Order: sequence, then structure tokens, then C-alpha cells
Amino acid sequence: MPMTQDDILTKVRTTLCDALGVDEDEVTLESTLVGDLGAESIDFLDIVFRLEKNFSLKIPRGELFPESLASADSGFVKDGKVTTEGIAELRKRMPHADVDKLAADPRVQNIQELFTVGMIVKFLQNKLAKSAAA
Amino acid sequence: MRWIWIDRFLELQSGVQARAVKNVTMAEEHLHDHYPGFPVMPGSLMLEGMAQTGGILLGEKNQFKHIVILAKVPNITFHSEVVPGDQVIYTAKLVDARDEGGTVECTATVGERLVAEAEIMFAHLDQSDPTFGAIDQKNFVFSMNLMSVMDVGRV
Repeated sequence: MPMTQDDILTKVRTTLCDALGVDEDEVTLESTLVGDLGAESIDFLDIVFRLEKNFSLKIPRGELFPESLASADSGFVKDGKVTTEGIAELRKRMPHADVDKLAADPRVQNIQELFTVGMIVKFLQNKLAKSAAA
Repeated sequence: MRWIWIDRFLELQSGVQARAVKNVTMAEEHLHDHYPGFPVMPGSLMLEGMAQTGGILLGEKNQFKHIVILAKVPNITFHSEVVPGDQVIYTAKLVDARDEGGTVECTATVGERLVAEAEIMFAHLDQSDPTFGAIDQKNFVFSMNLMSVMDVGRV
């Protein structure tokens, strides 16, 4: 039987509690990893390691959390805002994220708000559906 | 002072487990300040010993191709104290190893007594990495100096 969104959230919650030392009730679908749960850059790698183990999946580097999107030479940022090309690139690389929200207010500092618990759950739903179909 | 917090390797099962020994003595300067009249090995140095044991274990698995950096300590618990005269055995088990880094589970014991246990995560940094130059050498788990602990006692 495929895992429901709730099943996935429960496991993601355990994963984030272990990786970030947060309490279970802090982890909701809306929580942002950096803003609400205090994740730092190295924690993203830790989260990927733990998700792979807990869900018996392989998550290629950069698939869940794309790297260097906001760096100066990425060409996707201008005057502190993500460019139209940048938004298009994000939609392509992060179909699991709520890019519409960023598109409405594309300031660079809002990029990290894409990284929510709900985004991880959606990513895993897609990933698990794909591996079940294969 | 040399930043070497294990004295000798006792065992290295490639990719599985490593054990190292650390003998604690009153010749270590910091024990006179930590604390005056009540010398106790600082927990941070036990963590360093576990990281050096685990870091070599991870590094060896990849033939020391990567620079291994202590990235994160998701868990650490101290159960009791270590004092001069104690012989601490660090045991590290490799629980995860991949291109980007790895994780070890470690214990520190004195005889039968469990002193500390920790989960330690390492990240790999390659010399081709653009951030390589910015890294402080002290962050490296092993350098050629530290690697000498693997040869102690060998002819």
C-alpha cells in the first residue's frame, strides 16, 4: 500500500527532530527549515542522508535542495531579486516547491522560504510514486 | 602542542570499525586549569578523540582521497568523568559513507565504564572545491601528523 501524505509527514518529522534537535510539535507542513527550524547549511546534507536511510531511497545531490541558485555568478539574481529566468529555472529544478509564492515576491532572501517541511513531503511523494511505478 | 587526541590505533576494520586509545596524564597542561585541584578531561577533547578516530575510519575507506571535515555533532551524551590515569578507548562505527561525507557512531569507555557516546557527521572537501582555500587547517580531521598514530608501536 502506498504511503499517505500523513505517513510521509510522520517519518519526515522524526527525521527532522533527529537532524535538527527540534520538538515534534514544531514540525508542521508549513514550517520553514531555516527560519522556523533553525537549519544551517550543513544540516541540509544531514537531512538528505537521513531521508535516504529512513525511506530507503537514493536522492542524487542537488535534487531536493538545489545548490548555488543564488550565487552571484548563477545569472539568476539581479539587484537582490531572482530574475524571470531564475524563477523559470527554479520551477524546472524544484517541481516540489511552491515557486509561485517566490515569484510574487522574488527577493533573494525569500529563496530559503521555499525550503519547507511540505516541500520535502511533496518531493518524497513524487519520488516514491516514481519508484513504485518503475 | 600537537592537536593529536588519540595515542594509538588499536584496530582498523576498513569501512566498519576503528578503535583507538588515549591515556590521560597530569602532564597535560589544561588539566591543571580544568579544574584547579580537580582535574577532569574536558568533554570537548573526548569529542575530538572520537572525531579523530572516526575521521580516520571514514578517510581510510576512500584511501584518504578526500579531506574529511567534522561537520556536525547531531548527538553527544557524557555519562561520567575521565581523570588522570584513566585509559580511554574510543570506538567508532561507520554508519554511513558516501561521496559527500559520512556518519560515525562513537563511544568512549574506561574499562567497562561508558564515559561518552556521540554521533558525528563529516563532510568531504576536495582540493578542487572553490571554498578549499578558505578552510582553516584546524578543521581537518587528519593531517599527516595525526596519521602517525596509526604507526605507533610498529617497527
